[in-house]
Amino acid sequence: MTSAQKWGLVWLLLSVAGLAYLLVQFLTSGEQRKQFLIGEASHGHFQIELACESCHTSPFGGKEILQDACVSCHGDELKAAHDSHPRKKFTDPRNADLLEIIDARYCVSCHLEHQQEQTRAMGVTLPDDYCFHCHEDVITERPSHDGLAFDSCASAGCHNYHDNRALYETFLVENAGGEWLKPLDEIHQPETHLAAKLQAVLDKHERETAPDSGTDFTKKMQAHTEVSRQWHETSHGASGLECSACHIDNDGHWLDNPGVAQCETCHQAEAKGFLAGKHGMRLAQGLSAMTPETARLEFDHGASHNTMTCNACHKAHEFDTSFAATQACLGCHSDEHSQAFMDSPHGLASQQSGVEVSCATCHMPRIEDERAVGEQASFRVEHNQNAVLRPNEKMIRPVCMQCHSLEFSIDALADPELIRNNFKGAPQNHIPSVDWARARE
Amino acid sequence: MKKALITSVIGASVLLSGCNEPEEVGIAPEKYTDSLFAVMKADRTNYTKLVVKRLGPAGVGAVKPDEHWEDIPNGTLLPAQMFRAGAEAVAEMTDDFTYSLQSVWPINKQNAPKTPMEKEGLEYIAANPGENFYGKETLGGVTYFTAVYPDVAVSDACTTCHNDHKDSPKTDFKLGEVMGGVVIRVPLGS
Repeated sequence: MTSAQKWGLVWLLLSVAGLAYLLVQFLTSGEQRKQFLIGEASHGHFQIELACESCHTSPFGGKEILQDACVSCHGDELKAAHDSHPRKKFTDPRNADLLEIIDARYCVSCHLEHQQEQTRAMGVTLPDDYCFHCHEDVITERPSHDGLAFDSCASAGCHNYHDNRALYETFLVENAGGEWLKPLDEIHQPETHLAAKLQAVLDKHERETAPDSGTDFTKKMQAHTEVSRQWHETSHGASGLECSACHIDNDGHWLDNPGVAQCETCHQAEAKGFLAGKHGMRLAQGLSAMTPETARLEFDHGASHNTMTCNACHKAHEFDTSFAATQACLGCHSDEHSQAFMDSPHGLASQQSGVEVSCATCHMPRIEDERAVGEQASFRVEHNQNAVLRPNEKMIRPVCMQCHSLEFSIDALADPELIRNNFKGAPQNHIPSVDWARARE
Repeated sequence: MKKALITSVIGASVLLSGCNEPEEVGIAPEKYTDSLFAVMKADRTNYTKLVVKRLGPAGVGAVKPDEHWEDIPNGTLLPAQMFRAGAEAVAEMTDDFTYSLQSVWPINKQNAPKTPMEKEGLEYIAANPGENFYGKETLGGVTYFTAVYPDVAVSDACTTCHNDHKDSPKTDFKLGEVMGGVVIRVPLGS
């Protein structure tokens, strides 16, 4: 073997070893995968950026593969939002010239991932005046819009690309007027459907007797008197559910720390929302639970290692929903908006007037389930904290308008300073969309 | 189907050019789109006259046809929306053809003609009642056989709604008049 051949062999072996190392690193789910990231993911996805398969479901295939991944997580939400720009609106060949500018058939045309340096509000990676490309004529058709900048369409409380349920013209007209704040005695939070659902849950437990785990529950209860007391004071205990309802899995094994899967047995809708939001999205992808330490918002340092499971907010055995609705949030979130809550009009109203306003009132509101005509309305707590968060106009109907007028709601949500200080004061600018809509009647 | 149509269109071109006279294979594109339109027109007319007309302001009122039907518990689609919903559902099933409802007097400006052929076709059917329009156009690098059919006011539910709508550019529609057109496209190849 010549010297050149020897060196060639060494080069080959090193190359194979290097490739093998990279392959092992990639196949090992964990921090090692970071070296393969082509750029940081957006605020919406960074928590799961190392679960590459969540979006890149196949190594082959381009936009369609990614599109399917987007729709698999966000499709239901877009449908519920009556998406104003669904893919199906753009597949007709008559739109070919428009698609050459922005291919609106694909989410990634506007929401390009791993491009942190060019990612703007709402995870959009296009310049903010993107509406111009298709709606240029609105300037000439609507005198009220003359002179408006196209980067203000979706940033001034007037329009959203996807969700316009609180912003479309007929809704503005039909809901115009009224005092900025309803009389307090007219404000009531709807009851959730949990009470109505309870009997069905109890029936289920009676039918499907928990498998015998060999666990002596009486002994365990005696050993944990405080836990036993807490439990029996909750609706769980009062309804006759025993330890086994949560601590025994489907195979009859004792669980020291029941997880989301156990809660989900009875609380499917709540678990679905939790797993879809920022708090549970890592668990949904098979990763470890989210901790404030790894998040991008401002959090209390003492809470850095809290793990976001159901029990992070709903303390085990106590399940105090009042605690979960405010104190649990403030135990981690230390940004200015959160920390201003207790002294804010909302916080003070809750403490002084008896009107229950909590962090969850706005960020995990009680949402009416979809129902057919004639069916009784039922409500559930939306545990996806992002469902009504961004763009914040999503909050107008299910949250703000429960207590405030439409006009006040739009103005308040369009005022960044007011949001920062947790609504201490009045909106500084008036958004004229309702006025313009009424003027066209 | 696509191949047969391509063959047919090529065959028709050759026949028109006066050269050889090859045997025409497959269904003629006009016949194909005419058939599609017959189904669309029948369904659209029936929905308008047999459903919306009966349920609307003069109907039973239990189900309300409304522009914002998704936001109303008992809302249902207006005839134009029903037609578009069908077009969108078809587009999710096949790309062998597409269709849309357009007008030179649209309530929603997005439904105004965009391509030169759409404009030509819609103006033609408006000026020539009872006639259809056929042509070929290239969009996004693909050539299409494009047919435009008149969409006629079959019920006062059509004329009343359009004449009263604040965004309608034309407010004197009459029964039997052409209000717009159905545009059907069949891709012939790149």
